[in-house]
Amino acid sequence: MSPRAAWRLETLGFMNVYDYKDGKLDWMAAGFPMEGTNAERPRAADVARKDVVTCRLDERLGDVSARAAAAGWEAAVVVNEERVVLGLLRKKELAGEPGQPVEGAMRPGPSTFRRYVAITEMAAFMTDHNLDSSPITTSDGRLTGLVLKEDAVRVAHELGHESEEKVL
Amino acid sequence: MPREIERAEVRRLLDEGAQLVEVLPSEEFKEDHLPGAISIPLRHIDAEGVSALDKNRPVIVYCWDSA
Repeated sequence: MSPRAAWRLETLGFMNVYDYKDGKLDWMAAGFPMEGTNAERPRAADVARKDVVTCRLDERLGDVSARAAAAGWEAAVVVNEERVVLGLLRKKELAGEPGQPVEGAMRPGPSTFRRYVAITEMAAFMTDHNLDSSPITTSDGRLTGLVLKEDAVRVAHELGHESEEKVL
Repeated sequence: MPREIERAEVRRLLDEGAQLVEVLPSEEFKEDHLPGAISIPLRHIDAEGVSALDKNRPVIVYCWDSA
């Protein structure tokens, strides 16, 4: 749509026209501020826990499990040195044979969400797909946090009550 | 000929005074838009619709993405 708009502007006498081709999805994915009625509504990045435990592919699963337990986590995100998400260890995987490397135990290529996704949308998706946790990433796949289903559902539920009160 | 640009250049041009125009339907603009953008939906881009724009300053247009 924006290329057509750019060309049309030129026919109207604008000689210095630029097309931001990646548009507002790219802007939102980068975490830059937005304006509008949705700006005040919680998004994935607002609910994501930033202190999530991370690990590398070649670590021993037992070491990661111990680190996660000590930090009060039942999940850990497998990342590379650039913090790009490679896999996910949920409760079931963390309980695996401790001597094996993370690479053999993780769920590879987990579903990730962008920071701007509405938390109500996330809560519904995680409930429908029975996901306890989902990584939040930038558009180039770098981890920014982990959303727990319990957090997403709680916040979405609170929002639902707020809108009911406004209607009343 | 319009030039395609990426996020970093958008920010630089805005700092230099470029005008930013969202060409999506106005309902979508109301919900989410870039700071400082104005709404001129594609179907309203005509001589009257763009009368608020300054032809002497750069104009950046955008929608959701390149799709």
